[in-house]
Amino acid sequence: MTTASPTTAPTIQPDDAVTHVPRPRGRVLPAVIRSEWTKIRSVRSTVWSLFATFGITVGLGALFCFAYVRRYDHLNIRQRLTFDPTVQSLRGLFLAQIAIGVLGVLVISSEYATGLIRTTLTAVPQRRTLLAAKAVVFGAVALVVSMISVFVAFFVGQAVLHGKHLGVALGDPHVLRAVLGAGVYLTIVGLLGLALGAIVRRTAGAIATLFAVVLVLPLLTRALPSPWDTDIGKFLPAELGAAMFNVRPDSSLLSPGTALVVALVWLVVSFSVAAVLITRRDA
Amino acid sequence: MIEVRALTKHYGTTVAVDDLSFQVPAGRVTGFLGPNGAGKTTTMRLILGLDAPTSGSVTVNGEPYRQQRFPIHEVGALLEAQALHPGRSAVNHLWSLAQSNRIGRRRVDEVLGMVGLSDVATRRAGPFSLGMKQRLGIAGALLGDPQILLFDEPVSGLDPEGIVWIRDLFHRLAREGRTVFVSSHVMSEMALTAQHLIVIGRGKLIADDSIEHITAGAGSSVRVRSPRHDDLMGLLTAEGATVRSEGGALTVIGVDSAHIGDLAARHGIALHELSPQRASLEEAFFELTDESVEYHGADLTHAGATTDTRR
Repeated sequence: MTTASPTTAPTIQPDDAVTHVPRPRGRVLPAVIRSEWTKIRSVRSTVWSLFATFGITVGLGALFCFAYVRRYDHLNIRQRLTFDPTVQSLRGLFLAQIAIGVLGVLVISSEYATGLIRTTLTAVPQRRTLLAAKAVVFGAVALVVSMISVFVAFFVGQAVLHGKHLGVALGDPHVLRAVLGAGVYLTIVGLLGLALGAIVRRTAGAIATLFAVVLVLPLLTRALPSPWDTDIGKFLPAELGAAMFNVRPDSSLLSPGTALVVALVWLVVSFSVAAVLITRRDA
Repeated sequence: MIEVRALTKHYGTTVAVDDLSFQVPAGRVTGFLGPNGAGKTTTMRLILGLDAPTSGSVTVNGEPYRQQRFPIHEVGALLEAQALHPGRSAVNHLWSLAQSNRIGRRRVDEVLGMVGLSDVATRRAGPFSLGMKQRLGIAGALLGDPQILLFDEPVSGLDPEGIVWIRDLFHRLAREGRTVFVSSHVMSEMALTAQHLIVIGRGKLIADDSIEHITAGAGSSVRVRSPRHDDLMGLLTAEGATVRSEGGALTVIGVDSAHIGDLAARHGIALHELSPQRASLEEAFFELTDESVEYHGADLTHAGATTDTRR
C-alpha cells in the first residue's frame, strides 16, 4: 500500500498500529512447502495415522514372527526351507499401508471436506504448485516414518526369530535392499493416496479407490486364467511392493529395480491426472 | 480495483452469472446485493479465481487472480467462515496461511489481536462459535494488510453484537482508504455500511448506483386513515391514484399528501391519518429485484428447484 507514488495523498493510518507488510518477492514453492509443513504437523489425525503406521508395522511384524516361532516345531521341511525371515518381520505392511494411504488421502481431501481448500487456493492460486508442495511435505514425512517403521520392525522381528536361530542380519544378501524397498513401498502407497485424494476429492471415495487398487485388484487378477494372472498382477502396486521387499527370487514378480520403476510410473501418472484436474476443475 | 467484464458462468444448464459487467473502484465500500441465488457467491468465486468463467473475464488490479503471486498482500477475502480444519488451532490456521505468502509470525499475532482472538489463539478452531470463526476468517483476510477486501454474506448467522462489530470494522477499513466489497441479501444492512451498490438478480446486473439514487428512484406512497374509508377510496381512484386497502388504512400511490388532504376537505371527509411514506431501502430493493427472484414464497411448486447456484 505504501508503494503508491509519492504525489498521492498519504493513506490514512489504521486505528491499530498495523505493521506494514511488504509485498514479497521470490519463489512460491518454498513458501507453500513451509505452509504445508505447518498444516500437516498441526492436526492430530497426522500424528495418529503416523503412529498407527509405525505401531502396525512393528507390532504385527513381531506378532507374525512370534507365531511362526511357536509353530516352527510342527512345520515340515519344505515349509521351513521356503521361510523368508525378512518378509515375515515386514508382514505388518499389509495393514500399515492402509494407515499411511488414508493419511495421504486426508492431506488434501480434508481440505475439500471442510472448504478450507478455497481459503488455501485464495492464498495460493498456483494450484499445481500447491499440489507439488503437498507431495513434497507429505512424501518426506511418509518416507521418514516408513523407514523408521520398517527398520524397527525388521530388528524386532529378527530378535523374536532369533529364539529359533532363524533370524537374518541386514548384511545378508538382499536383506538391506528388501527393508529399504519396504520403506519405499509404504511411502509410495501414501503418495498414491494423496494423488487419489486430489483426483476424487471426497475422503470416503478416495479411500475406497485406494483400497480397490491396493487390496482388491490383486485378488481379482488372481482369478484370471494363467498366465494372465501373473502377467497383469505383477504390475499392480501390491505385487510391486512384494517384488521390492522379497529376499528370495520369485518368478511371478518383477525384479526389485524394475518394480521400483513401475511403481514410480504409477505415481507419475496419478499425479499428472491430479495436476490436470486440480487446474481445470472449479474449487 | 476489481473489473468484471461480460462475466458468464454456467453450471451444467444453470446460468449462475449472466453477462455481468461492473467495476469496484478503490477506496470505498461497495455493497453487492441480490436475493439468495442471484449469483453473488459465484461472482466472488470467479473474482478470486476459484471457479473459471464460462466466458468473459475478471481482473483484480489489472491481473487475473490466478496469475497473482502471494495475492493475499493485495486481496483479502472471507467467503465461508466454516472453511477451516476443525482440529487446527486458530494460530496455526493463520500461520499456515501467512507462510504461504511469506508473511511473518508477528503479523499473525497482530491480526489475532485485532479481531480479539488472542486469548483463544492456541485452541482448536472446530468448537468456535460462528462469530468466532467469522473473526478468524476476517483475521485471515487482514493478514496481508490488503487494499482490497471481499466479504461474502459476513453478517448472516451472527448475533447482534457480532453484527455491530463487523459494521464497525467495515467503517474502519473504509476510513483507512481500503476497497471493501461486501455481499448481502439484506438491503438494510447495506444501508449502514455501503456508499455504492451493485444489485444483481438471476446473475444479471440490475443496478450500479449510489444508495441515494437507488432509494430516490423507488416510488413513494401516502398512508391514509378515515372513517369514510370507502368513499375516499372511490374519490382517489377517480383521481387516477392507485389505492390499496390494508387493515383499515389506505396506501395511496400517484398523488401526494397535499392533494389527498384537499380532496378530502372538499368532500367533507374527516382524516385520522395522512402520512407520506418514504420508500425504504428495503422496498427499493424489493422493487428492483422483484422480477428476478427465482421463486416467491407462495410458489411452492417451484421451491424444489435449488436457488443455490453452487453445485
